[in-house]
Amino acid sequence: MPTVSMTVNGKPVSADVDSRTLLVQFLRENLRLTGTHVGCDTSQCGACVVHVDGVALKSCTTFAWQVEGANVTTIEGLADGDKLHPMQEAFRENHGLQCGFCTPGMIMSAVEMVWRKGSDLDEQTIREELDGNLCRCTGYHNIVKAIHAGARAMAGDRGPARQAAE
Amino acid sequence: MSATGIGASVRRKEDFRFITGKGHYTDDISRPGQTYAYFLRSPHAHAKIKRIDKAAAEKMPGVLGVLDGAEMQADKIGNLICGWMIHSKDGSPMKMAPHPALAVGKVCYVGDPVVVVVAETLAQAKDAAEKVVVDYEELPAVVDCAKAKGATQIHEVASDNVIFDWHLGDKAKTDVAFASAKHVTKLDIYNNRLAPNAIEPRAAIGEYDTGSESFTLWNTSQNPHVARLVIAAFVGMAPENKLRVIAPDVGGGFGSKIFIYNEEVVALWASKRVGRPVKWTAERSESFLNDAHGRDHATHAEMAFDADGKILGLRAHTIANLGAYMSTFSSSVPTYLYATLLSGQYAIPQIYCEVDAVYTNTAPVDAYRGAGRPEAAFVVERLMEVGAREMGIDPADLRRRNFVKSFPHQTPVIMAYDTGDFDASLKKAMELADYKNFGKRKREAERRGKLRGIGFSAYIEACGIAPSQAVGSLGAGVGLWESAEVRVNPTGSVEVLTGSHAHGQGHETTFAQLVSERLGIPIESISIVHGDTDKVQFGMGTYGSRSGAVGMSAIVKALDKVEAKAKKVAAHMMEAAEGDIEFKDGKFTVAGTDKSAAWGDVALNAYIAHKFSGQELEPGLKEGAFYDPTNFTFPAGCHICEVEIDPTTGVTEIVNWSAVDDFGVVINPMIVEGQVHGGVAQGIGQAMIEHAIYDDNGQPVTGSFMDYAMPRAHNLPSFKVGMTTTKCPSNPLGMKGCGEAGAIAAPAAVINAITDAIGTENIAMPANAATVWAAIQKIQPRAAAE
Repeated sequence: MPTVSMTVNGKPVSADVDSRTLLVQFLRENLRLTGTHVGCDTSQCGACVVHVDGVALKSCTTFAWQVEGANVTTIEGLADGDKLHPMQEAFRENHGLQCGFCTPGMIMSAVEMVWRKGSDLDEQTIREELDGNLCRCTGYHNIVKAIHAGARAMAGDRGPARQAAE
Repeated sequence: MSATGIGASVRRKEDFRFITGKGHYTDDISRPGQTYAYFLRSPHAHAKIKRIDKAAAEKMPGVLGVLDGAEMQADKIGNLICGWMIHSKDGSPMKMAPHPALAVGKVCYVGDPVVVVVAETLAQAKDAAEKVVVDYEELPAVVDCAKAKGATQIHEVASDNVIFDWHLGDKAKTDVAFASAKHVTKLDIYNNRLAPNAIEPRAAIGEYDTGSESFTLWNTSQNPHVARLVIAAFVGMAPENKLRVIAPDVGGGFGSKIFIYNEEVVALWASKRVGRPVKWTAERSESFLNDAHGRDHATHAEMAFDADGKILGLRAHTIANLGAYMSTFSSSVPTYLYATLLSGQYAIPQIYCEVDAVYTNTAPVDAYRGAGRPEAAFVVERLMEVGAREMGIDPADLRRRNFVKSFPHQTPVIMAYDTGDFDASLKKAMELADYKNFGKRKREAERRGKLRGIGFSAYIEACGIAPSQAVGSLGAGVGLWESAEVRVNPTGSVEVLTGSHAHGQGHETTFAQLVSERLGIPIESISIVHGDTDKVQFGMGTYGSRSGAVGMSAIVKALDKVEAKAKKVAAHMMEAAEGDIEFKDGKFTVAGTDKSAAWGDVALNAYIAHKFSGQELEPGLKEGAFYDPTNFTFPAGCHICEVEIDPTTGVTEIVNWSAVDDFGVVINPMIVEGQVHGGVAQGIGQAMIEHAIYDDNGQPVTGSFMDYAMPRAHNLPSFKVGMTTTKCPSNPLGMKGCGEAGAIAAPAAVINAITDAIGTENIAMPANAATVWAAIQKIQPRAAAE
């Protein structure tokens, strides 16, 4: 079994895993970080989205070994200690979640959306950019509102990938 | 109104764990020594099982058990059941076929579980499943409910595949009403089959403890107590006292997680067989195969009008597809949850409805958000719209002429509407939709080459399910009350144990708001406990928009008892007569004096019991209650949909959605609006894109999110939501329920708008771009070609 090593939520981790282990399985089963969810088997629903080196990625379609050496952030690592990330706050404030199952992926996608598209997002942009995240509860109305508000609260945050490139 | 009491848009207490990834869903739970189950399912829609060869699979690495239906029967594990008895017109009972959790002798739909493989890892279980050999002898399959009669018989008990032929209403009187009609509107409707698709797939962990000879089941259930009852009393897994069911955080249900499913029964049984906990989590493809689908009705309906556009009668004949087996509540959906709502918001003197329920070689069909009521609203609201157009009457005006205006109102189909103001919701929706300027917008759209249409849906539903005696007389196998227990701790904090179950509805917040308002304590001091049969004594669960009207009413009853007891304690503390004690804003006072005692002090005194005789007054402060509703509740409202269609492509955009609902008293408007948004989204999905399709051989065509059109953010508009209020007279809080309204209202509003835009009488659901384009070609080929 190959050994995979990466940094997850700031901590270095390493484990011997079956080579077919998906990143989401590695996070959920090996590291017990169960905030990242699996809602489908075709990379459509986005409940499994995490950040790999600052880029949103569906962890259900990525082998753990593919992100060897990378910096992975999951929903559990998004807040700054006790201080919630502005996008987390915005989802709570705008009732952007109901059952909560799609929420971690939604928030991770939304944060990266702001990194890519800036903090002044119109409704159409948000709706189009959410193509890879499914929610069955909210009708997206309040998710769109939450991302709009969360994006504004993130003004100036251009994300680790761009900051590193500069 | 206090900041956290009834009527306040309190931010949800449960959200912190969900936004930080700390929710506890079933698949997040790992038990010591846990093993994994993988199900080998039928690849055929209809076949005999000739032989199962498990030998090679049993020798695969990590395999702990390869188990089949014959072994399950040998262990005396019983079948799954349908818990609502329907009788046919001739009085004969419905034809419920045996539904084993693992197939025995034959398979009846693609996905029917045949063998379970239990192994150390999921990968090992899947590898071993590939080594299982099942010889099938294929049989002809039927998928279309209209063709089920006369097709190859699926179950021995049901000749012609008919489960029941049921009716409601007075046929002779209805026919007389039609004979005197000035105008009759006729429609053929297919209410499309839907896959519920909660984003959390179903999951189950079974665990058997040899020491106590008891089972624990963690599952994704909307009603864990009902699961325990059925698995104990009918499946016969273990007595109820030896079976604990825990439904932790559940990621959406929409009806599909009410039912008792094969996999949870098998996980329990297998855990005893292999001596270790057994976990199963559905892959999405399994959800498409095996989760109970919704709708799939074919209906011919007619509405009779007099010369003034007053409705004289309605008659309908429906064929309901119940799939390969009767799911837990399947028989109630196309009968008492459907035909009883065919009066809509209107005074209709005569209604007659016949329903034939049939078996087909498809996934079982059961309740899905709205459950029967969307189908009824669709029939009524489509007939009204088409009738208005045929008679040249404004659709709003035709509705107004026929609204029920005085209450209570007894319909000819069982329901007695208690209250409502249908004029008010129509008026407000028309204002919200800016109906008076629609003509201008239509002309402006025409200038841009677009077709614009507007459609109404003035729906009503029966919620707050339901008075136990009433549903018992209609065939229900259970009572539909709810229970609650209010436990006051010595420090004054409170736990409320409820039989309702939250899977997105926000009970931890709204139920706490009720207690906060009532006891005058902060909502942080209140915990809502649900979803565990070892903690909550009993409960009927959450569906049918019942948790507010029924579940919270039970809490009110328990709070009444808590307050009465606390007043006794306070009277002893303040050396006053019990009758002089008043309780307000968390403070007990003695009338006419300045004496007072805080809530927390009274709670503490109830437990230390120093100020009263424990023989005269029991120490402690904990009360329980069962609340059985006296009537259904009747949420109603009006949704108006405005669409713009590109005639060259059929692409339809919803440009304006105006929803006005009367839910009675609302605890948390933010949450209620969220429920409307979600319901409308599912209704729009049904009307425009969603369709669970089988080919003629019974092979599912829509087996993943790649093929089944789930509404995505860019398919939907933002919604305008308004409310009107008539207080429900039948429960203490005046609540009606809000969870299903959007899904009930939306399909008719969409189809009425699209047909208005195109100028056609009818269009099939889902009215996707291809369907709309084809309809335009028929109606106005030249316009489309330009």
